Amino acid sequence: MKENNHHDHDHDHSPPPDEAGAPGDIQFLEMAMRQLLIEKGVIDANEIRATIEAIDAVTPALGARVVARAWCDPEFKRRLLADGTAACLELGIDIRPTRLVVVENSEQVHNVIVCTLCSCYPRLLLGLPPDWYKSAEYRSRVVKQPRSVLQEFGTTIPDSVAVRVHDSTADMRYLVLPLRPPGTKKFSEEELAALITRDSMIGVTRASAASDG
Amino acid sequence: MNAAAVFKTGDRVKVHVHNPPHHVRTPAYVQGRSGIIERYCGAFANPEQLANGDHGMPAIHLYRVRFSQPDLWQIAEPGAINDSVDVEIFEHWLQACDERK
Repeated sequence: MKENNHHDHDHDHSPPPDEAGAPGDIQFLEMAMRQLLIEKGVIDANEIRATIEAIDAVTPALGARVVARAWCDPEFKRRLLADGTAACLELGIDIRPTRLVVVENSEQVHNVIVCTLCSCYPRLLLGLPPDWYKSAEYRSRVVKQPRSVLQEFGTTIPDSVAVRVHDSTADMRYLVLPLRPPGTKKFSEEELAALITRDSMIGVTRASAASDG
Repeated sequence: MNAAAVFKTGDRVKVHVHNPPHHVRTPAYVQGRSGIIERYCGAFANPEQLANGDHGMPAIHLYRVRFSQPDLWQIAEPGAINDSVDVEIFEHWLQACDERK
C-alpha cells in the first residue's frame, strides 16, 4: 500500500507560500506609515485589524439582497436606478459616501463593469474584487472586445442586444441589475437572492436560471 | 465649485488630448474622441490635485460620457453596432463638439 493512499481528502499538505520576493517601496511606505500612526496614538493595531475584518466580512450577498428587492418591488427599483446610494440605505445598507450608479439589464441592453485605470469596484456591496477583475487583460480587453470577453465567461450576447461597458474612472461605483430569470415568478425574495451571483452583478454573466439551482 | 455645469444630458462633447506629467483620471482611449453626455454626476474634488496631496478644490463637474464602440475603435467587434462605453470625465477635459468623430 502506498503511503498516500489514505489521502483522498482535499486539504493542502503545505501552507500557502508567503508572497514571493522582498517587500517593495509601497510595502515599506505602508509599514512606516502604520507604525508612525500607532506610535503617535492616532490609531491602534486593533482598529486596523477590525477594519480588515469588516472589509473581509462584506460578501456579494449584500448586493444580491439589493437586486432581489428590486426584482420584487418596482417602486424600489425605480428609486434604486435614480439614486443607488439612497436606495441601499432604505435596506439598512449604508455605503455612503460611495455614489452608486445601478445599471439595468433588459432584453435590449447588457451592462458590464470595469475600471480600466485601476480596480474601482462596489466593495461595500460585493466585497473585495476577484483577481481577474484587477488583471490588465480584463481591464484592457473588456472596453474594446466586450463580446469576446463575455463569451470567454460563457456568456453569449446576441447581436440584437447592445453591450454597454461602464468604465469606473472617477467617483461613481457601479452595480449591474441583472435580468430576473424566467420561471421565478413564485420565488420569495430570499430564493431570488440565491440566484444572484457576484459575476452577474459585475455583468460578465446573467443571474442563474432557476433550473440551475 | 465655481460655476454651473456647462453640459447637459444629450450634448455631444469631445475629450481633450492631454498627457500631463501628473496623475489623471481620463483614459487615453477616449482622448480626442467624441461622445454624448449620458448624465451629470455632480461636482467632485479634482483628482489631479488630490494625487499631488492638494485638497482638490474647487470641485469640478463630472459627467458620464457615452462613446459608441464602432466610433471608438477602428475595428469594432461583430454585432457591436449599438455597443457603447460609458466613461466618467471631468468638465475641464471636455469641449462642445458638433461632429461625430
